[in-house]
Amino acid sequence: MIVAQGLVKRYGAFAAVDGISFEVAPGESFGLLGPNGAGKSTTMRMVGAVSSRSGGELKILGLDPDRHGPDIRSQLGVVPQADNLDTELRVRENLLVYGRYFGLPRRVVAERADELLSFAQLEDRAAAKVDALSGGMKRRLTIARALINDPRILLLDEPTTGLDPQARHILWDRLFRLKEQGKTLVLTTHYMDEAEQLCDRIVVVDKGSIMAEGTPAELIRRYSSREVLELRFGSDRNHEVAQALQGRGDRIEVLPDRILVYTADGEQELERVSEAGLHPITSLVRRSSLEDVFLRLTGRSLIE
Amino acid sequence: MTLVDHAAEHRTGRGGVAALYAGNARAVMYRGWRATRSTNWLVMMSGLFEPIFYLLSLGVGLGALVGTVTVDGREVEYAAYIAPALLAVAAMNGAIYDSTWNVFFKIRFAKLYEGMLATSLGPLDVALGEISLALLRGGLYAAGFMVVMQALGLALSWWALLAIPAVLLIAFGFASFGMAVTSYMKSFQQMDWINFVLLPMFLFSATFYPLSVYPEWLQVVIQALPLWHGVELVRGLTTGAVDPGMLWHVLYYAVMIAVGLVFTTKRLRALFLD
Ligand SMILES: Nc1ncnc2c1ncn2[C@@H]1O[C@H](COP(=O)(O)OP(=O)(O)OP(=O)(O)O)[C@@H](O)[C@H]1O
Ligand SMILES: [Mg+2]
Repeated sequence: MIVAQGLVKRYGAFAAVDGISFEVAPGESFGLLGPNGAGKSTTMRMVGAVSSRSGGELKILGLDPDRHGPDIRSQLGVVPQADNLDTELRVRENLLVYGRYFGLPRRVVAERADELLSFAQLEDRAAAKVDALSGGMKRRLTIARALINDPRILLLDEPTTGLDPQARHILWDRLFRLKEQGKTLVLTTHYMDEAEQLCDRIVVVDKGSIMAEGTPAELIRRYSSREVLELRFGSDRNHEVAQALQGRGDRIEVLPDRILVYTADGEQELERVSEAGLHPITSLVRRSSLEDVFLRLTGRSLIE
Repeated sequence: MTLVDHAAEHRTGRGGVAALYAGNARAVMYRGWRATRSTNWLVMMSGLFEPIFYLLSLGVGLGALVGTVTVDGREVEYAAYIAPALLAVAAMNGAIYDSTWNVFFKIRFAKLYEGMLATSLGPLDVALGEISLALLRGGLYAAGFMVVMQALGLALSWWALLAIPAVLLIAFGFASFGMAVTSYMKSFQQMDWINFVLLPMFLFSATFYPLSVYPEWLQVVIQALPLWHGVELVRGLTTGAVDPGMLWHVLYYAVMIAVGLVFTTKRLRALFLD
């Protein structure tokens, strides 16, 4: 569906995307994961055929976006990072009008608009003004709008950023349905849990380059341990205690507010720490996540 | 074959014309129509009242003092002299209203075109659609004004019927050029410059008195500005002082439309398909 090889986007001398390569297969759900400024949106815009590349190769549905922009865009659904719904139109009108942009007949658009309103759980808001919707509803409407042309690929740039947990779960559920229906999804996210929930395969991007690629489980296996022990000693004692913890588990990571001990068995490790006479204010044993993978790869936390 | 392809590629940058135009400007107009339905019609029509008030106050009031003006060797009433100029102004106002501030807002704040250009629409579809809407508003203002002119008996010749396509041409010119200029504007201050240019143009373009009152150099400046061409074109038609030289005015607007479309399209592409 998508093939990128050595993809580059330069703004002046600065390379926002610096030679990244990946492929996305039909029906796959593919994630770009990375911190602020990693180049995720820039990559998505190139894949969406609204931004030209400065170097490398890119094929979307077998077509080169430089030459076939409109053809490609007619088969994509795009959910941009910032909502750009038409606030001068009502909710249902947003779908109707957007469908017309693709040159679809009025009747087809009207039918799909009703289906999509129910998919997005917005039937009772059909005549509402866009500004009156909550953040989560706007996001669902944007996703519904992206589906009006029955796209082969859906591009989602940070679909749930800024939403409360409940709204995120509703959205995940909707996206999961699309995945089950066999839509190809490409999404970017800051959130490890989101990537774990929705993606078959991810690439971790930092500063315009790919740091790692694989399924979420593979990455965790490769770059982290099974469990993580989180210890908080209070910010002033953290560093001092870290010295004493050196060598425990597979690896330790010192963050400003806590210390992470990577280990196969967190409970056992916690016991040993107490035996050594170190008593954390709070402790937590959890499964390792993509967050830990990211930390390992870049030495930085994902959300700064 | 390869040569031709190459030439086309060169002219339009990447992708050729197909990347710029999907032949679907009507979807953009449909959007505009749906959006307009929820706006305040009274506010929208305010631009029509301005020339009507000028016509009533100056044409009737001042006209009593001035008496008649000579156009092409014929005496016409003062009101009939300024009415066609104000008709051209009505068309201009309508076209400018949509193609400047409205477009500025859509580009800078509403991200409307960003959304449109993520679909199969091209920048030329967006430009044509928006400009056509502005043109329609200009046409609407002008039609309203013509009704008033007719009621006051100020359309003096059968040629006045041709003023209808003429004002559409004028509206098209201003809409196209206005949108092109607006697409390069970055701030409100820059937008204010548009008004700064429009007001003197409105007052000096032989609107209220003949160009001959000015020194030569100023006449040349005014004749380079679009409104003067519009005023002359419409005045010739409504007073019946028609001559082939008027085709130059038509040509002026044709060029203005073409230049406006080219730059708007280029600019939209640079902004949203970088
Ligand atoms: N139009 C532009 N002109 C100049 N620099 C740009 C432009 N767009 C993006 N950049 C720069 O490119 C880099 C990558 O930006 P991008 O928006 O792709 O990051 P991102 O991964 O989406 O980040 P975020 O998580 O904050 O959305 C940033 O440093 C940004 O400042
Ligand atoms: Mg982004």
